[in-house]
Amino acid sequence: MEKTIHTYTVSIYTENNIGLLNRISAIFQRRHVNIESIVSSVSEIKGVSRWTIVVKVSEEQIKKIVGQIEKQVEVIKAYYHKDEDTIYQESCLFKIKSDLLFEEREIQNIIKDSGANIVTVNKKFFVLEKSGRRNEIEEIYNQLIPFGIMQFVRSGRIAVTKDEMKISEMLAAFSN
Amino acid sequence: MNTETLKEQKVTVATTERISGCEAIVRCLLEEGVDTIYGYPGGAIMPVYDELYKYREQLHHVLTRHEQGAAHAAQGYARISGKVGVAMATSGPGATNLITGIADAQIDSTPMVCITGQVASHLLGSDAFQETDIIGISTPVTKWNHQVTRAEDIPEVLAKAFYIARSGRPGPVLIDITKDAQFAEFDFKYKKCTGIRSYTPIPKMDLEKVKAAAELINSAKKPMIVWGQGVILGQAEEEFKAVVEKSGIPSAWTILGASAIPTDHPLNVGMVGMHGNYAPNKLTNECDVLIAIGMRFDDRVTGNLATYAKQAKVIHFEIDPAEVDKNVKTDIAVLGNAKETLAALLPLLDQKNHEQWHDEFRKLHVVEFEKVIKKDLYPTKEGLTMGEVLKEINEQSKGDAAIVSDVGQHQMIACRYAKFNKSKSNITSGGLGTMGFALPAAIGAKMAAPEREVVAIIGDGGFQMTIQELGTIFQQRLPVKIVVLNNEFLGMVRQWQQLFFDKRYASTEMINPDFVSIAKGYYIEAKKVTKREELKDAVAEMMGNAGPYFLEVCVEKEDNVFPMIPTGASVSDVRLS
Repeated sequence: MEKTIHTYTVSIYTENNIGLLNRISAIFQRRHVNIESIVSSVSEIKGVSRWTIVVKVSEEQIKKIVGQIEKQVEVIKAYYHKDEDTIYQESCLFKIKSDLLFEEREIQNIIKDSGANIVTVNKKFFVLEKSGRRNEIEEIYNQLIPFGIMQFVRSGRIAVTKDEMKISEMLAAFSN
Repeated sequence: MNTETLKEQKVTVATTERISGCEAIVRCLLEEGVDTIYGYPGGAIMPVYDELYKYREQLHHVLTRHEQGAAHAAQGYARISGKVGVAMATSGPGATNLITGIADAQIDSTPMVCITGQVASHLLGSDAFQETDIIGISTPVTKWNHQVTRAEDIPEVLAKAFYIARSGRPGPVLIDITKDAQFAEFDFKYKKCTGIRSYTPIPKMDLEKVKAAAELINSAKKPMIVWGQGVILGQAEEEFKAVVEKSGIPSAWTILGASAIPTDHPLNVGMVGMHGNYAPNKLTNECDVLIAIGMRFDDRVTGNLATYAKQAKVIHFEIDPAEVDKNVKTDIAVLGNAKETLAALLPLLDQKNHEQWHDEFRKLHVVEFEKVIKKDLYPTKEGLTMGEVLKEINEQSKGDAAIVSDVGQHQMIACRYAKFNKSKSNITSGGLGTMGFALPAAIGAKMAAPEREVVAIIGDGGFQMTIQELGTIFQQRLPVKIVVLNNEFLGMVRQWQQLFFDKRYASTEMINPDFVSIAKGYYIEAKKVTKREELKDAVAEMMGNAGPYFLEVCVEKEDNVFPMIPTGASVSDVRLS
């Protein structure tokens, strides 16, 4: 089986239950696999949570990990995908001194060229939001760092798959 | 609203009654058919114990001497009966003491429900007296766990607990119930759980896979079966026997698969793994098709995976999809319950006897007999061997006893030489290798199957890990037979020290107490045997005794268990000395 390390996006549909995070993260921890990012949110199905976990492992490893995740009673279904099989984004926020916005013309150009949005402006600071691929976020980060960033935060990856994930049908089958 | 729902509602009103959470817990247990539970009281579970007192005619609570004993007793109960074992403990140390048993049940797929008391919900997270995060602690070793903080959730959660513990690949479930939820009153109504939408206990069988498996089996020249506990847990013994007999395939077992078909069945070729039999280990690397049934290719079974059955096509009959390709890459995986998949396989198999192939097993068996078995069972040297004790027990029990073994040399000897006529007769800690398992597990086994002779075979090390359960045996007047094979060493570790650490016996020698006096201190009849000529009569006296009985047999101090596959070696490198 494939031993090369890839970035995998794991999508997990779960019942919303306290303690499940513990149970899932233990599966990674036991195998000494570092979680690059983790996002939990509602899904397209009412009452069902969707988690997006990014890890760098081999296909052999991810197959076994997803098998163990699916085995958990409160996991409805888990999938893993390579980057090329998903549409994925991250989001980030920059908090920057407001003076810079007016004094440094370059900042205005960076904002314009990168497609970032100004979320709020007040006398002291303004907040810039940028969504996109990791490299796009890293690019604007590198451009802004010389001017001084008061705060920076980046979200974990969120992703939808190009192929269908037949989760709704599964749930419908159960209620019948 | 249609009339049907209206009717249902009326029924509901008629069947609900207002009771406390703690009474509800007991009522749920009764609804699930539980007759015996093992536990230990304490502050956070006391309301439930008060109810257990009221319901004592219907539900027998067995007070063990330590919570670990309660967990292992529940395991023994489950392993011999196939029913869910139940253990109960208080919060904090009571709950953490259950963990070893829970971890053991998880790795050995034993159905068990543990109920723990917890501090009141308003104290959660405050480091209250005897508060511990047992949900967090038990998460990696349970099939499912859940904390209840509201009385009205108790019936649904306990119904789910039993359903999850016993369905699919069984396992332990822990339910933690806060003290306020035990006290609160609510309208009780019980409904058994029949399904959970996020949980598929048994994967759907694919008939095409069964057909492909049958074709491969029919075309095989040297097929070999290795079966595990999946046959027993799936209650598939009959179907399995039929498959083995029709296909004529030499069939070997993992330690937990033992007894699914009788030991002396002509197609049973013995145990695989580290201390398994010579022939099935050697021939694993010569068969052309390896048929694994309800087993998980544990490293103690496979040895070095890189050299395990590489020449063979592998078929895996398995209930748990996560086990497929986990350790050994399979050519055909047949998912489903063994009872169903083997029944589907049977009509597709050709009737065969594989006579020549069987000869190879017989030849290697002769080698093992000459080099190992003869010395173990018919020793000529002075000291007693563990093997001859097992042989004596076999002869006197005629193979009808359930053997509960602990962990170590005596366990390997027990599993190698015990004779089993009936399924669910080999109760031992396989995956976790928990010393201290046998004595409390024997309590559960005897209580679940009082009609059966239950013989616990224990080493002098493991015996002292849960020795206090002699108190439980005495208090319950349980006619359990306890055999301690005393070599005054942690024998298996000593064996490894001898073979791999140049005889540096670091912390393996034991200066033991007078075990017979200890047993007698618990008012259990006891005897010690040091000479071969005393053995037969002593075993006879033990077997003939109507009550509990303790027999200490002083065996050769530095005997080793062979065959042996050293860790990391190939199954074909199995050593005979």
